Amino acid sequence: MNGTILVEVKQLSRFYGTLQAVKNVSFSIRQGEVLGFLGPNGAGKTTTMQIISGNLAPSGGSVTIAGHDLLENPRAAKAAIGYLPESPPLYRELTVDEYLDYCAALNHIPRAQRKKARDHAKERCGLPDAGRRLIGNLSKGYQQRVGIAQAIIHLPPVVILDEPTVGLDPIQIREIRALIRELGREHGVILSTHILPEVQTTCDHVQIINNGELVLNESIEGLEHHMKAASITVAFRQPPAIEALEKLPGVKSVQPENDGRLHVYHESDRNPTDDILRLAVEKNWGLYEIRPGRLSLEQVFLELTTEAAGGIAMTEAPAPGPEGGGA
Amino acid sequence: MIFTIGMRELKSLFLSPLAWSILAVVQLILAYLFLGRVEVFQMYQSQLMAMDSAPGLTEIIMPDLLGNAAIILLLVVPLLTMRMVAEERRNRTLSLLFSAPLSMTEIVLGKYLGILMFLLILLALIALMPLSLLAGASLDLGLLASGFLGLALLLASFAAVGLFMSTLTQYPTVAAISTFGALLLFWILDWSGQGVTGGNWLAYLSLFDHYKPFLDGIFDSADSAYHLLLIATFLVLSIRRLDADRLGG
Repeated sequence: MNGTILVEVKQLSRFYGTLQAVKNVSFSIRQGEVLGFLGPNGAGKTTTMQIISGNLAPSGGSVTIAGHDLLENPRAAKAAIGYLPESPPLYRELTVDEYLDYCAALNHIPRAQRKKARDHAKERCGLPDAGRRLIGNLSKGYQQRVGIAQAIIHLPPVVILDEPTVGLDPIQIREIRALIRELGREHGVILSTHILPEVQTTCDHVQIINNGELVLNESIEGLEHHMKAASITVAFRQPPAIEALEKLPGVKSVQPENDGRLHVYHESDRNPTDDILRLAVEKNWGLYEIRPGRLSLEQVFLELTTEAAGGIAMTEAPAPGPEGGGA
Repeated sequence: MIFTIGMRELKSLFLSPLAWSILAVVQLILAYLFLGRVEVFQMYQSQLMAMDSAPGLTEIIMPDLLGNAAIILLLVVPLLTMRMVAEERRNRTLSLLFSAPLSMTEIVLGKYLGILMFLLILLALIALMPLSLLAGASLDLGLLASGFLGLALLLASFAAVGLFMSTLTQYPTVAAISTFGALLLFWILDWSGQGVTGGNWLAYLSLFDHYKPFLDGIFDSADSAYHLLLIATFLVLSIRRLDADRLGG
């Protein structure tokens, strides 16, 4: 977790005409770290990634990759990056093997080692049998994998993935996420996405960008802290009167849900879980579900990105649904 | 690295039916014209024999064949070059090259090399036709070489203009039309100077004026320099244009 700093971005900004798409963004990633880059559409995620990957020149600021300044020494800096843009840059008329060989050659991998590099990349991306197929005939998910294989074929210290799981089926998404985690062990990975659970399951570090500005730069543990809300969700087969719960020490209010679940809001330093459990057993309420309420990342995200519009109250919403991570 | 990109361009050309059909069509039309010239020679052979310092077989066939070849290729080269950058930009595959450890010069030269290799294949196929006459006649190989050198330089110039036009847009057809327009303009620049004696600088810029001498067997270094300068200019412009892509977004 505390490896060397691989990417150092300082005061990065970028104008499109008069529109400033990225405003003084600074961050860094270390080896063995997966950085999640979140933001609504048009927030500047892709622009930032394009700048780091050398596809776009910044209007101001500096990018240092593995010790090389991207503007002064672009060749060395770019050799340390693998980049998967939003739409994978694939030549549809080539086969997977031909394409990966070409990418290997572009990245100065000596001819003798290309086959090995290619096989390795294919294996990691779950493409071992696709070598002789035409890229144009592959499904979207497989094309995406070829795109990732392309980005890691030269084993770059830094891998930049722009929305890598878009358009994949759930099984593929899981595989790709596992792959990203695995990449994150040896490489530094920057992952851009607007799928929030993806960040929770794969990243060590989260950044939220909105209107070109970084509004959150936090480790995933720090984010967990952000997300802990003072509430418990419980469900009983024989629900007690709501007043019975409200009388418990520390409980501020109880709110029933349509499906029979109850949300118990409590003071943050007095958790009534033990009392509820004890009472449930004594009075035979038939407790079958109890879990700590959490804010989903969505809510943190919304809160941070809509601050200008007044914000959304954080306190009133325990995490429903599968995305909360508490289920 | 330039060679790697060039080979991929060449391969991609041959993976689409376009390259094959262009080779076939050009070959068919030129073969027809070539046979026509051979027939002309056969018809007048007896008269030619009677003349003093009569034009030889090569002189009768080659300038005409290569002159026509130039016109046909003026139509064909834009179709070959139009996709080089425009299509990559459209399919968003350019970022593969941009994020690889390559300089813009390498990318442009690589693409240019790819198209040059294809044009050389085309040229070799055309050259096979007059060379086949060697089986039964003697040819003026000097004139032949000069003519094909001229055509090679001309095609290289066409390709450079085409490549530049392709960097300007993301629509291959737009690139093809503008290349065709630019080449045709370069070709007919000398028409404006007709009747004016000497010193017409527009005419001097004409591609045609710098191609014609090669066909007559005159190798003038000024003509070669003209082509090389034209190529260099458009390649530099292409590099600048792609660099501006990165700056402008």
